[in-house]
Amino acid sequence: MSEPFLIGDSMTGGYGKGPDILHDCTIAVNPGEIAVIVGPNGAGKSTAMKAVFGMLSVRSGAVRLGGEDITSLSPQDRVVKGMGFVPQTSNIFTSMTVEENLEMGAFIRTDDFSDTMEQVYHLFPILKEKRFQAAGELSGGQRQQVAVGRALMTKPKVLMLDEPTAGVSPIVMDELFDRIIEVARTGLPILMVEQNAKQALEIADKGYVLVQGRNAHTGTGKELLADDEVRQSFLGG
Amino acid sequence: MDFLNAFVALSNFVLVPGIAYGSQLALGALGVTLIYGILRFSNFAHGDTMAFGTMVTILFTWWFQSMGISAGPLPTALLALPFGIAITMALVVGTDRAVFRFYRQQKAKPVVFVMVSLGVMFMMNGLVRFIIGPGDQRFSDGERFIIKARTFKQMTGLDEGLAIKTSQGITLVTAIIVVALLFWFLNKTRTGKSMRAYSDNEDLALLSGINPERVVMITWLIVAALATIAGTLYGLDKSFKPFTYFQLLLPIFAAAIVGGLGNPLGAIAGGFVIAMSEVMITYAWKKVAGYVLPESLEPDGLAQLLSTDYKFAVSFAILVIVLLFKPTGIFKGKAV
Amino acid sequence: MNDTMKHTLLFVAVGVLLVLEGTTTAAGVFSGSWNSSLTILNMGLISAIMALGVNLQWGFAGLFNVGIMGFTALGGLAVVLTSMPATPGAWEAGGQRIVIALILGAATIAATIVAYQKLPAGRVRTLAMLAILILGFVLYRAMLDPGVEAIEDINPALEGNIGGLGLPVLLAWPVGGLLAAGAAWVIGKTALGLRSDYLAIATLGIAEIILAVLKNEDWLSRGVKNVVGLPRPLPYEVDLQNDPAFVERAASWGFDATTASTLYVKLGYALLFTVVLLVLLWMAQMALKSPWGRMMRAIRDNETAANAMGKHVTRRHLQIFILGSAICGVAGAMMTTLDSQLTPGTYNPLRFTFLIWVMVIVGGSGNNFGAVLGGLLVWFLWIKVEPLGVLLIEVVTAGMAEDSGLRAHLLESAAHMRLFTMGLVLLLVLRFSPRGLIPEK
Repeated sequence: MSEPFLIGDSMTGGYGKGPDILHDCTIAVNPGEIAVIVGPNGAGKSTAMKAVFGMLSVRSGAVRLGGEDITSLSPQDRVVKGMGFVPQTSNIFTSMTVEENLEMGAFIRTDDFSDTMEQVYHLFPILKEKRFQAAGELSGGQRQQVAVGRALMTKPKVLMLDEPTAGVSPIVMDELFDRIIEVARTGLPILMVEQNAKQALEIADKGYVLVQGRNAHTGTGKELLADDEVRQSFLGG
Repeated sequence: MDFLNAFVALSNFVLVPGIAYGSQLALGALGVTLIYGILRFSNFAHGDTMAFGTMVTILFTWWFQSMGISAGPLPTALLALPFGIAITMALVVGTDRAVFRFYRQQKAKPVVFVMVSLGVMFMMNGLVRFIIGPGDQRFSDGERFIIKARTFKQMTGLDEGLAIKTSQGITLVTAIIVVALLFWFLNKTRTGKSMRAYSDNEDLALLSGINPERVVMITWLIVAALATIAGTLYGLDKSFKPFTYFQLLLPIFAAAIVGGLGNPLGAIAGGFVIAMSEVMITYAWKKVAGYVLPESLEPDGLAQLLSTDYKFAVSFAILVIVLLFKPTGIFKGKAV
Repeated sequence: MNDTMKHTLLFVAVGVLLVLEGTTTAAGVFSGSWNSSLTILNMGLISAIMALGVNLQWGFAGLFNVGIMGFTALGGLAVVLTSMPATPGAWEAGGQRIVIALILGAATIAATIVAYQKLPAGRVRTLAMLAILILGFVLYRAMLDPGVEAIEDINPALEGNIGGLGLPVLLAWPVGGLLAAGAAWVIGKTALGLRSDYLAIATLGIAEIILAVLKNEDWLSRGVKNVVGLPRPLPYEVDLQNDPAFVERAASWGFDATTASTLYVKLGYALLFTVVLLVLLWMAQMALKSPWGRMMRAIRDNETAANAMGKHVTRRHLQIFILGSAICGVAGAMMTTLDSQLTPGTYNPLRFTFLIWVMVIVGGSGNNFGAVLGGLLVWFLWIKVEPLGVLLIEVVTAGMAEDSGLRAHLLESAAHMRLFTMGLVLLLVLRFSPRGLIPEK
């Protein structure tokens, strides 16, 4: 099998000088795919994604993007390299308008980004409607759309979402998943951490079940959903 | 009852001075609020930054005067102002490099920043006194008045005169221009928006590729300009004395907090709230009341709520009320 | 060399500096006068007490108090109110009115608070509160003003103030602490529990206002006309010089009567101050080691965790803020007693607030001994930086012509070097040795 587009390969590490949280953990995603990281609370799901994004020190293992080793780069440099990241909380500029949020997303771009903005508005029509409203005044689901839209403004080569559906209602969650599938259809690889394992695995091309910072199960979303052990331990039977 | 005279007297003693003072406070509070929004601490050195900028402007003014350069009816200080701003910018950016940057890298607590700013205040204060001395300096020249009280009386035939000092007119015009420029910068330019973004959500700004050091430097540059302009306007309107500028810290902080720390619009509103309250509470209303009230109700005393010696108590009282009831200020600020 | 040795040596070094000040005129820095040495020591001891109070607030609890000057000045006022004899006729002329007016004022505020708490939120409440405040203010002024005028008319050249209770002056020291504690309570209630910056700004404000009151309320403190001739806890030099027994004893020690009497009084003050300092230091040490002190530091280091553990952070902060301010008030009373006059015009935040901060930071925040050392050492430096500055300027300008305008200006401005140097010291210590000379254990 050829090397995936983005891979966090056998990562071991933790925050600062603290103890290791990840142990030999591997996460990868390819173009056109949605890869989902699931697992019980405290399994290190978000930590694994942050390790891929360079927000904690990886003591052994490597992160490669398109074959290039980026393990030593800072998160900011990774954004420049083409990684888009949507944090779980405070992921928008609440006091700024929707359009300004998108502009700030495109801050590192020096070219004309009006096309990209149109694309984002096309993907999230509600944002176009509310473009001059302060992002902080929007509903939870709309805010998440702003957050994803902001990350898309850099025209990333891979999009990473940290629990995009945390704290939104089931209806909004379904809508958000629909949007995410739409984004993936444009060919953009998506790596996502999800609390709602069942729904997430349903849309996932690839799933990673982490337990205590280790890969416990890996497979396609369907395989994992069909796996008895996975169902019993995480999906409630 | 004579409402017209009452209104003229009110304008002369309350509205005009209040608006001028309010503009000066607003410009000062804008500086404090910007630092708070971006660097996240209350800068105690702000009053002395104002003093330093004003001092440099005064020195240039004297130099220009000695060479016979003047701005005609306008004060020479306006010509000297750009030089004052430039040197103050160099000073504060240098201070940031030498002092504040270290604590940013350490991610020190805000209270440590406040204390460090206290040290900076000490040094700036010493520097200003060392160079220009602790005494009073007057440096305004040109026409003193736009309208004199007597001219006004002759023009209108009213008993009450309305005097508008040149410095008051300049203060208002300059403040409007400066505020307009600042808001244009913050809301319309890429750099200005990146400052707002950084102030709103530091982590996300970093993720978006905004360079924090650049944002911080631009903030200091703007703050230096605001401080110098505010200080020079205050000095033209009243007079320059280093200690007075230190004391201005209280009304300026009060203005910034009343408006909501970190909120530029709030700083302007706060500046006028504080200035108007101060002027109105320390003004002797006897004259105005004399025109408006029937003779039987006229007050015997001066009808002054507080003596002018307590003008800082007004800022303080407003500050306490805001902290007790609405610590985020009138316009929602960042801090609680 | 272990830490205890090192710290003891630091105290010894301050002692050596004071001895040098008393004995030698070397280096153009020391004056060679025991009188000057003791003067420095006495103010140093007072400064050490203030530093101890500030250290309680900052070192134990991380509270940033920028209003030390105000609390010190309240201590000074306490001396006047406690120890001066009552001005004859002042009570009858206006004192009663003023007391009633003050009670009215307090009642107004209380009524406003009651209205705020009891009435439902809305326009009615706002209007009611406004009405109470305005009515209360008018009544207050109507009651107060004639009283004030009457008192200020009594022999204005010498008195014109209400005087005091005529009690022993030493009693004024705890009273000073009480007054300061009262002011601290008001400030603490307002600003604690909010962001740390707000306490700093609020204390800065209250200090300015206390000073404004002292400067302008002539009936209370004679304002800028000063109150002089405050009673002393020690005999007057003149009386000593007229006491044959004292002169004889002085002669047997080899002193003339004038020098001996000055030194005697100064030593007496030094002893009194040392006793107060030691008592407070002992109390502060006990507090530091007690469960209360440990909890304070736990709160300082992690407020969120302490809150989660059910510690009422704001209430604890209020306690320690009041205690620290009270100590500053005691020190202020002691200082005014030492000067035997209250001079509201001389209080200056740079000298009375920020200098104390330099003392705490340099000495070692969080360590009581550090604060005391900082108080003594920095006070010595504060006194000596000025001659040093002049010396430095003289060296720098040595090449210039005698009548050079620049040289004259530089020499004249050398005094302001103090502020600059103090700021520099504060910044350098904060940067390179933030734990100070005697760090927290």
